[in-house]
Amino acid sequence: MSKQYKNEFGVFAERPTVEKKIYDRFPILVGVVIFFVLVTLPLWQNVGKAVPVPQPKLDTPAIQKLAEKDRKCVEPTAYMRANHMLLLVDWREDVVRQGGHDFASPDGKKYVASLSNTCLECHSNKTQFCDQCHNYVAVTPTCWGCHLDREKKVAEAK
Amino acid sequence: MSISRREFLRLAGLSTIIGLGGKTAFDLLFPGELEAQLLAAPGALTAKRWAMVVDMRKLDEATAKKCVEACHRIHNVPNFAQPNNPQDALPPELIVRREVKWIWTDHYHNAFPGQEQEHGQERLNSLPFLVLCNHCDNPPCVRVCPTKATFRRADGIVMMDMHRCIGCRYCMAGCPFGARSFNWRDPRPFIKEVNQSYPTREIGVVEKCTFCTERLAVGLMPACVEASKGALVFGDLSDPKSKVREQLRTQFTIRRKAHLGTNPQVYYIV
Repeated sequence: MSKQYKNEFGVFAERPTVEKKIYDRFPILVGVVIFFVLVTLPLWQNVGKAVPVPQPKLDTPAIQKLAEKDRKCVEPTAYMRANHMLLLVDWREDVVRQGGHDFASPDGKKYVASLSNTCLECHSNKTQFCDQCHNYVAVTPTCWGCHLDREKKVAEAK
Repeated sequence: MSISRREFLRLAGLSTIIGLGGKTAFDLLFPGELEAQLLAAPGALTAKRWAMVVDMRKLDEATAKKCVEACHRIHNVPNFAQPNNPQDALPPELIVRREVKWIWTDHYHNAFPGQEQEHGQERLNSLPFLVLCNHCDNPPCVRVCPTKATFRRADGIVMMDMHRCIGCRYCMAGCPFGARSFNWRDPRPFIKEVNQSYPTREIGVVEKCTFCTERLAVGLMPACVEASKGALVFGDLSDPKSKVREQLRTQFTIRRKAHLGTNPQVYYIV
């Protein structure tokens, strides 16, 4: 006599068996594989490709013209690299709302606070200098909807 | 460890003195070291209350046109009747509806509604009244702006901060002078010669005359005043010796829709 099976409904001759199998196994597995491949497609597309780290260049004509010791930004480079957006927001608030136009840098030199007329005067290579990093970190500043970049004019002049 | 009341009061007093003195001492020892900041340029034109007088006796059609052109050229105001690319041409009704203007000419009965009379004003009816933002002392556009994109500066200029404008157009509804224009589309394809030193606007913001704040900041008179050959007088209303006050003292002037209580600050000699 086989082993009896007991549960809360009573005593049974043997333990009921349920067939352990996946129905329609083939299409389901194919579907899972397709789903997995689709979801990870962006990863596969970029596998093995290293995105180059942006290297903004300072070789614009305006900067080349300056003497070596004058080649510095309105604030130290490290500060500008990390906080240029905060500086620009400060400039924006001060110029538009407070009416201040002169920016005194820490070393005492005076600049006109203007994105198009001061920043881009030296950094006339907007695509190389601004857009490259912004694309790398996937940010899209809305500056250029209104503010003009001088790059096109430079390119035409060549 | 316990502390006596006397000891506690002495410590509290001492720390208050040190706390109050700290910043003062820092400012004395290292003046201006705390932060770089923006200052008004030394050559800037300043005033307590800017105002304009339009002398219609000196203003003819050609001069008025020159004023409008000078303003619109300097501020990159688009002309929708003249697209740079013929493909962007708009149908005539849209050219009117989407017009962007800072300063323009209008008939007397439009500029001064309610003040027209049947006889005796024949001369006025043919004059090209140069109209612009009145930079009101009690500006309704500033009151209705939900983001404070439009605000009144200390010198009376009603200024726009395009960075904050969300394009709700409450200000256009509030302004009784029609001085404001909305950018229904990107204006750049309709700007003939772009002034590189002044920004354009983009789709979805409201714009208007700013009394040339950017020119005042570098010591220049507004563009229209410069182009007007003396027909427009601009100056400080709070200075009794200013040209504006002299004109107001010696001439009879009228203002547009002054009865509405916005206290417009553009005066007309007719």
